[in-house]
Amino acid sequence: MNASVRIRTAWAHRLVAAAAFAFALSLVAVMFDMPIAASKLSAQVMASLPQSGVDHPVTAVLLNFRSYDTLLEIGVLLLAVFGALASFDTPAAAAACVASTANPLLGSLVRALVPLMLLVAAYLLWAGSHRPGGAFQAGAVLAAAGVLLRLAGMVPTFLPPNVLRRAALLAGFVIFLAVGLGALVTGRALLEYPREWAGSLILLIEAALMISIGWILVSLFMAAPSPVIEENENT
Amino acid sequence: MSSALVFAVAGAALVALGLHALVVRAHLLHKILGFNVMGSGVFLVLVGLAQRDGVDPVPQAMVLTGIVVAVSATALALILMRHLYALTGATTLED
Repeated sequence: MNASVRIRTAWAHRLVAAAAFAFALSLVAVMFDMPIAASKLSAQVMASLPQSGVDHPVTAVLLNFRSYDTLLEIGVLLLAVFGALASFDTPAAAAACVASTANPLLGSLVRALVPLMLLVAAYLLWAGSHRPGGAFQAGAVLAAAGVLLRLAGMVPTFLPPNVLRRAALLAGFVIFLAVGLGALVTGRALLEYPREWAGSLILLIEAALMISIGWILVSLFMAAPSPVIEENENT
Repeated sequence: MSSALVFAVAGAALVALGLHALVVRAHLLHKILGFNVMGSGVFLVLVGLAQRDGVDPVPQAMVLTGIVVAVSATALALILMRHLYALTGATTLED
């Protein structure tokens, strides 16, 4: 890179910084000027909460009032993991996966933590119906447990997909879609649960979502190709 | 200035910081990080602005959905970046 190019790059960077700053300022100006929304969505959510099958408004929005969002979200997760697994060339890459850190402290810590994490995940899943919690938080905890197990070298570096693991990937999306289509077949709108079953259907969907989200996140972690030259990773 | 607006203004600052890093930094890891900072800023703006008159569960649920999507997209981006590095040794998209 010669001197004139470097100077031009420096000026371009300053220009970008100024533009980003101006953008932030205009955003803030708009925020101070913005009126509060006239329609009160929160009041509508609270009014329909008794019909939703759960007692927590965020879970009711996620799994009932706007369940379409959540269905598409687990679809996006599936697409991401398909992309990751498709670009993973087994078994050559699996053999080259980073060796686990042989750390005795990590090993004993993981042995103590993972059962607790499973318990916390189950609690979060159950808590979602009446307080903050739910499938996503529970799935994230499960995924963290899987990543810890992988880092401590207690599971193989890469588990090639078999029937059970594919089922775990798909369970959330398929069961969610099946419930939604079941509502359609029985003469309701897509994803409109029968009111008396709403609570149990939401719990079923959330349990499947928890397993799928946990396993999808672990799969994404495991499918990452190993760094070829490790010292270059930190630059 | 209410606390809701403090969150929203902090979100706007994060959006600008992330945008700057996304444009200026050449290293792909920096770009991915910048994009994530920008996304977090958007979430903060969404939740902060919606809290000006009490807690609203709808934007909170949408942000929760957005966070999960952002995590999976980041994971895919990191995997693609690792592949690029493994195949070519490059960490930027510049020639």
